[in-house]
Amino acid sequence: MISFDNAAYSYGGAELLTEITLRLVPGSFHFLTGPSGAGKSTFLKLCYAELLPTAGRVTLFDREVRSLGRDDVARMRRRIGVVHQDCQFIDHLPLAANVTLPLTVSGRDGDPQDLSDLLGWVGLGALADALPPQLSGGERQRAAVARAVIMGPDVVLADEPTGNLDWEMSLRLLTLLVELNKMGKTILVATHDLNLIRTAKAQVAARVLRIKNRRIQLAGADL
Amino acid sequence: MIRAALARIARRDRAADRVVPTSGPTAWLTSFTAGAMTFLAVFALALSLASGRLADRWSEALARTATIRISAPTDQIAPQTQAVLDLLATTPGIASARAMTDDEQRALLEPWFGPDLPLDALPIPRLIEITEADPGFDAEGLRQRLSAEAPGAVLDDHTRWRQPLVVAAGRLRLLAGVSIVLILGTMAAMITLAANASLAANAQVIRVLRLVGARDSYIARAFVRRFTLRALAGAAVGALAGMIGIAFLPAADAAGGFLTGLGFQGAGWLLPLALPLLAATIAFVATRIAAFRKLKELT
Ligand SMILES: Nc1ncnc2c1ncn2[C@@H]1O[C@H](COP(=O)(O)OP(=O)(O)OP(=O)(O)O)[C@@H](O)[C@H]1O
Ligand SMILES: [Mg+2]
Repeated sequence: MISFDNAAYSYGGAELLTEITLRLVPGSFHFLTGPSGAGKSTFLKLCYAELLPTAGRVTLFDREVRSLGRDDVARMRRRIGVVHQDCQFIDHLPLAANVTLPLTVSGRDGDPQDLSDLLGWVGLGALADALPPQLSGGERQRAAVARAVIMGPDVVLADEPTGNLDWEMSLRLLTLLVELNKMGKTILVATHDLNLIRTAKAQVAARVLRIKNRRIQLAGADL
Repeated sequence: MIRAALARIARRDRAADRVVPTSGPTAWLTSFTAGAMTFLAVFALALSLASGRLADRWSEALARTATIRISAPTDQIAPQTQAVLDLLATTPGIASARAMTDDEQRALLEPWFGPDLPLDALPIPRLIEITEADPGFDAEGLRQRLSAEAPGAVLDDHTRWRQPLVVAAGRLRLLAGVSIVLILGTMAAMITLAANASLAANAQVIRVLRLVGARDSYIARAFVRRFTLRALAGAAVGALAGMIGIAFLPAADAAGGFLTGLGFQGAGWLLPLALPLLAATIAFVATRIAAFRKLKELT
């Protein structure tokens, strides 16, 4: 689904990530951990072609990212739901319109019932008409998760989706991701939250990737 | 192609529309620029048409006429007229020459002396009307030959003084045309600036749209549609105002000089109506180019 073949990335100076070779197979559930500044967000950006590898190959849905035209990238992003670390909303549109934006830009009409169910699940039912700048950090994160999954994407990439959330709400979001995974979706979650990882491992066959020395390794059972 | 594209963006596309904020300083800038520039273009267009008409009319008159006046004692007039006609028949550059009849001369003089003019009793000079060929005759040479053959004959090529005016009118028309091009060019430049400002102000919106899988054409459409409609509305008002201004100029009458001739005639009134469409097309193209250029900077 998404595969890296000896890929590397550098923002201009030394390589931040190097010799990355891995595959996210369909239906897999991965966590990505590593110290702040290690390159977790950078890795996710490589996964949805916001960044292109500076060396090696990244393949999305069997196509090398560098061979993709701009419309190909757009089409691919409709199959990948992303929770950005900084959420990325359109500030003058109400929350509901932001959440349904992936449907809007692909010319699809979402089912209003689906939208309200989803907003209800992430605890934002009462805030559908609020503007993003009026929301708390946690509310924005929940809205970002809702937007990432509303299209029923093949892949969900979540960058610290629970960073600002209480434990109860974190579990609700995790349940959402686990359910999607059980439906066959591929999930990758970047997080520092070891409790979250442990809880998830009890529910699904989740594997943990760790960024260490600029490389991404599969972490052992010890975490 | 442009018609199909305009039709496409004129269709309601509310969803794509809402993703770009409606307000902002570029909104009225575009409408105002389109309006003001179209207003000016209406006058330049009127000037171009009027100077064109003037040039045509003058050069037509120029091509047509010169006269020879024969003033001589009454018994000399007939022989001298014949001599001049013979001479003109052999002069190169003259298409035809014809002595005016008494009736015609009386008609010419009637406004001054009334209908009962006893033409025979008065020493009225005889007029010979010359139609010039192309190229025309050599006026100086003809004058010399006339003074030798018919001392009473005077060549009056009075329309020749209009030659520089015809050139001036043609030049004026050219300048008006250049003005229209410059006005439209300025409009394109201003709308490009406004579009770029709007694109820059909405960088975050564009970024988010791109991230959730919007295609470039979708994002561009939201901007292009808005700018095209603004330009169309502004230009429509400008064109209307310009046309009203021209319609209320004092009417051109028989004595109407150049200024009162400034206006549109008949189907000419349809031309300024094309300006708003032109403005919309310019806005469409300019915004589209600006939007796609901006989008290229984004992955
Ligand atoms: N646009 C950029 N230009 C230059 N350097 C950048 C850019 N974005 C990130 N970096 C640098 O790359 C490194 C990795 O950033 P990244 O955001 O991937 O880290 P992260 O692992 O997600 O960290 P965190 O856990 O704090 O979110 C950081 O040192 C950061 O300063
Ligand atoms: Mg990060």
